[in-house]
Amino acid sequence: MTQAASPWQAARLVVERDLRLAFRRPAQLVQPILFFLIVTTLFPLALSPELSRLRDVAPGVLWVAALLSSLLALEFLFRDDAHDGTLEQFVLSGQSLTWLLFAKTFSHWLLTGLPLAIVAPVSAGALGVDFASMPGVIASLGIGSFALSLIGAIGAGLTLGVQRGGVLLSLLTLPLAVPILIFGARATELAIKNEPYGAPLYLLAAVAVLGLTLAPLGAAAAVRIGLE
Amino acid sequence: MTAELRADNLHLWRGEQHVLRGVGFTATAGRCLLVTGRNGAGKTSLLRTVAGILQPEEGCVFWRGEVTGVDRRRFQSEMCYLGHDAPLKGDLSGAENLHFGVGIRRRFSADELHAALARTLATDFADRPVRTLSAGQRRRIALAGVLLTAATLWLLDEPTTNLDASGQELVTALIDAHLASGGIAVAAIHHPLALDARVTTRLELT
Repeated sequence: MTQAASPWQAARLVVERDLRLAFRRPAQLVQPILFFLIVTTLFPLALSPELSRLRDVAPGVLWVAALLSSLLALEFLFRDDAHDGTLEQFVLSGQSLTWLLFAKTFSHWLLTGLPLAIVAPVSAGALGVDFASMPGVIASLGIGSFALSLIGAIGAGLTLGVQRGGVLLSLLTLPLAVPILIFGARATELAIKNEPYGAPLYLLAAVAVLGLTLAPLGAAAAVRIGLE
Repeated sequence: MTAELRADNLHLWRGEQHVLRGVGFTATAGRCLLVTGRNGAGKTSLLRTVAGILQPEEGCVFWRGEVTGVDRRRFQSEMCYLGHDAPLKGDLSGAENLHFGVGIRRRFSADELHAALARTLATDFADRPVRTLSAGQRRRIALAGVLLTAATLWLLDEPTTNLDASGQELVTALIDAHLASGGIAVAAIHHPLALDARVTTRLELT
C-alpha cells in the first residue's frame, strides 16, 4: 500500500526544498558572497596598489575571506530546520538521517560554497592574478569550500541546542578547518605562480573525501543529541 | 504480526526531573490511547519517547512485538508524529510543505495530496505561503500531512490546538476513520475528544 521513498528521491527533495527556500529569500543567499567580495576587494585599497605585492598576498586573502564567509554561513545550516521541527521529521522519516543531512550539507554548499568559487575570479582579478591562473583558483576554492561545509556540519549539529552558538561554532570548526586552509592556500599560491599545483590540490581533495565519509555520520549523531 | 504498540515500565529523566515513572500501556489495532494529565506531567515526553526522539533511562517500547530500537527506521516508517508545533516552512505554501515534508517518507501522487488537503478542508489556502496562514489553518495543513503519510501509528500531541469547533470534530472524525481502518492512535489531550468510549483507552499521567 505505502511505497517508501527511495533514498535518492528523499535526497533530491531535501536539496530541492533548500534551493527553493533560498531563492524565495535571496538576502540570506547573497550575504556570504557579498562578504567575500567586500573583504577581498578592500585589500587592494588598503595595501599598496602594486600588483606584484598584491599577487603575493592574494592566496592568503582569498582563503581567509572564504573561510570566514563559510563560517558565517554555517550558522544557518541546521538552525532554521531545528527551530521549525524539520530536523525532527528527518529523524522520524524512516530514512537514514546521515544521508538526509548529507543532502542538506550538499545543498548548503551549492548555495554558499560554490558561489564563492564562481565569484573568486573577480576578487582574484582585483588582486592582480593572471587570467591563466583562474582554473586553479576556482578548483581549490570549490573543493575547499565543500570540505569546509562537510566538516562544519558536525559543529553546526553540536551547537544546535546553544542560543547564539555562532562563536562556539567557529571555535569548534576552526581547528578542523586549518588543514583545508593550509592546502587550499598553497594550491592557490602555486596556481597564481603558474607552477604545478596538483599535489596540494590532491591533499585538499583527500580532506574533502575524509569529510564526505565521516562528517555526515558525526553530524547525524550530533543532531540526535541536539534534539533530545 | 498485527499492529500493536506496547510500552513497558518507561522511566525518563530530564536533568534532575523524573518525568516518566514506570509508564506502561498497550494499544492494539483499531484503538486509541488518550494520554491526559496536568501541564508538565510528561505527555509530550511520553510521545517523544515512543517516537524514538528521547531515549528512556529504563523500559522499552515494542512495536509488533519487537523492541523499536532494534530496527528504528522500519518502525518510524510506519509511524507519524505530529508535535504541537507543525513542522512547516513559512516561505513555502502548504502544498509544497507536504510535497517536500511527506515526500521524503513515501511516494504519492498529486491526487493523493489534493485528496488529503480536501479531507481537512485546507484546499482553499493550500497554495498560500504558510507564514500568511492562521494557526488553525496551519494545523489543518499539518493534519493533511498526517493523512498523507499513510502511517499505521499516529502519535498526536494536542491535535485540536488552535482549531475551531468544526476543526475539533474533524480531528475526531479523522481518528475514528483511522481506527476503523485498523490504525492505532496515541493522542495527548487537554480537551476531551468525542471518541467512542469503546475504542479508547485512557492513560492518566501524574
